[in-house]
Amino acid sequence: MKRLALILALLLALPLAALAVQPDEVLDDPVLEGRARQISQKLRCPVCQGENIDESNAAISRDLRLYVRERLVAGDDDTQVVDAVVDRFGEFVLFEPRARGGNLVLWLAGPAMALIALLIAWRFMRGRAAAAAPPAVTLSEAERSRLDEIMRGE
Amino acid sequence: MIAEFGHFALILAFAVSLYQMTVPMIGAAKGWAGWMDSARPAAMTQFLLVGLSFAALTVAFVTSDFSLKLVYENSHTAKPMLYKVTGVWGNHEGSMLLWVLILALFGAAAAAWGGNLPPSLRARVLGVQASIAAAFYAFIIFTSNPFLRLANPPFDGRDLNPLLQDPGLAFHPPFLYLGYVGLSMTFSFALAALIEGRVDAAWARWVRPWTLAAWMFLTVGIALGSWWAYYELGWGGFWFWDPVENASFMPWLLAAALLHSAIVVEKREALKSWTILLAIMAFGFSMIGTFIVRSGVITSVHSFASDPARGVFILGILTVFVGGGLTLYAARAGAMTAKGVFAPVSREGALVLNNVLLAVAAFVVFIGTMWPLVAELLWDRKLSVGAPFFNKAFTPFMIVLAIVLPVGAILPWKRAVLARALAPLRGALLFAVAVMLLVFAVSTGRSAIAVVGAGLGAWLVAGAVAELIHRTGKSGLSRLLRLPRADWGKAIAHGGLGVTFIGIGLLTAWQVEDIRVAQVGEPFDLAGYQVTLTAVEEVEGPNYISTTGTLQVTRGGREVAVLYPEKRVYPVQAMPTTEAAIDNGIFRDIYLVIGDAQADGGWAIRSYIKPFANWIWLGSILMALGGLISLSDRRYRVAAGARRAAASAVPAE
Repeated sequence: MKRLALILALLLALPLAALAVQPDEVLDDPVLEGRARQISQKLRCPVCQGENIDESNAAISRDLRLYVRERLVAGDDDTQVVDAVVDRFGEFVLFEPRARGGNLVLWLAGPAMALIALLIAWRFMRGRAAAAAPPAVTLSEAERSRLDEIMRGE
Repeated sequence: MIAEFGHFALILAFAVSLYQMTVPMIGAAKGWAGWMDSARPAAMTQFLLVGLSFAALTVAFVTSDFSLKLVYENSHTAKPMLYKVTGVWGNHEGSMLLWVLILALFGAAAAAWGGNLPPSLRARVLGVQASIAAAFYAFIIFTSNPFLRLANPPFDGRDLNPLLQDPGLAFHPPFLYLGYVGLSMTFSFALAALIEGRVDAAWARWVRPWTLAAWMFLTVGIALGSWWAYYELGWGGFWFWDPVENASFMPWLLAAALLHSAIVVEKREALKSWTILLAIMAFGFSMIGTFIVRSGVITSVHSFASDPARGVFILGILTVFVGGGLTLYAARAGAMTAKGVFAPVSREGALVLNNVLLAVAAFVVFIGTMWPLVAELLWDRKLSVGAPFFNKAFTPFMIVLAIVLPVGAILPWKRAVLARALAPLRGALLFAVAVMLLVFAVSTGRSAIAVVGAGLGAWLVAGAVAELIHRTGKSGLSRLLRLPRADWGKAIAHGGLGVTFIGIGLLTAWQVEDIRVAQVGEPFDLAGYQVTLTAVEEVEGPNYISTTGTLQVTRGGREVAVLYPEKRVYPVQAMPTTEAAIDNGIFRDIYLVIGDAQADGGWAIRSYIKPFANWIWLGSILMALGGLISLSDRRYRVAAGARRAAASAVPAE
């Protein structure tokens, strides 16, 4: 399946050999174009290996870029455009998974882990602050003889 | 014949590693000096044998011996010599051979310079190291043999992927592997210490140079990869949060945490069990990286042709070593008691916070990288996690890290009064605020990234300078020059991080992009520069055909640069690549890319102004340089462990 996708991507990319956004795609209105670029950077090219449609050379990415601009010109807001693309291709094309349902775990894992780690670190440091100073470290017999050896050597 | 010789040498190395992982271990357990000491010649022999094997494969590539399947699949007679040599590791099998070569190199280095280690510890370190090597030799010999012959040698090869035909391939993978594999040394030290049941300041002092070296190599490797992507991929991105990039970034973050926690073990005999755990995890993540690249479980631009059998084998290796390491850890960690007493506000406390931030940041990268796999397994959902997620979830930790770093670095050990510790940093704070105001003033109406990035970067750089001044005291230049190299290394590495922050912040916020159809001879404006396409020519390269544009860049009538961006087609692989042309500068890069000829005349041209781009890699190089200077500190050069008692009596900071 994956190999198929790769071959497909190469086949689609080859005849065009085009570079990402083409001059003829760019909208005249810089504000709309700016929004289009923002949106395209969050959408994954469905046939490539982890590229967004803004950077991808595949024909389908070009189609998607044109589609995004079409929707923007028609007056959709950003969420509507993204929703329309997701309706067609599924959530796979979203590089930023929606913070809903199971994905909440993904979004909350970092902050939760940070809190836990800070809590553990704080308890550890409280313990360290309260601990009694250890008795002076004594050398083992072997270490002492090794130390003598070194001191003599220098 | 030479190939068979190489294959045989590899099998012999496997046999030696089997010896080295058992006999010295038994010797250490029984206290037999001869058995223990045999680890050293074994490690040397192993390195020699893998070296011969690697040399044999290199000869096959250089002489274009297409009777070898690997050479046929990845080389071509017309390929320039540089890429014939680097092509040895531009494929799965060859890169694994490079991996074990470096593994054996580290083993041999530990054998050569481990003279002052206690014999039992040395034997165990080399034993663990050999067991890792044995696992990977088996992996190569049984699933990824680079020396397979073809029954009917073809006339010519299929050439190397054109994206890899770049000087970047000569340096990026070797440095990256030196880093990945270097972490195997810290892993071996951690396991040996667990087996010995003893972790003390001396152990930390032995292990820190290896960690430092691995981290340095990893820093250089990642920076080179990022720079390569910047100029090769044609739109000048420097970091993509691709799974394979993440795979190298996680060990980097953990190695950075390990470097800092080992300081606490060395100086204060605390955080021992955490440091051991970090050492196990750091190498564990290196192996997870290998697994991700080679198993194909996660789609990435970097993946080698993947094969499920290999994935399962590496997963097995990963499970045995990380699982084994963690089991041993669980059994023995209780015995490692902390000795140093310190208050939360102290250098130790700051280093604990450093570790929390770096480890949690690595965890965020990990969960983001693995999440698509998790979602597919649990809910059968196909989803993606990419740059927008990581930018939001990861960056906050780096911001907090940058705010705290200069303060933590200057705090005294054991117990600190925050207000007093902050006094030397007043100038740095003032400077950082001034930089923020300046950046804010020249970039009104833009995002906060520039202000935050440049402000934090300036704070880090100025903080590092302030710390050096603070350590010098009133005695002036001569004292400054006599500061321990570790202090210099620390300041340079921390300052380097700041330089990288400035680069990332300003490049992200201030980049100017222009996409247009350019007609030959008609200038266009690019953020104050005039760019003119003067000619487009077809040029034939050694193994490609290039469309080369000539673009003249002027400013106010004066010529700034003439640049030659190319669009190449490699006929053997039938694959196009873009070669951007870049005019490098300290404060900006001019980055030009040529696209297709347009139907109604003219060429698609993409041009960028990339402000402060080079600061990103300059900062990385400074970080690595800081590591190198620190590594050359007297404390590590002079009989590292032997001087333990003398050195710990003198507070070196």
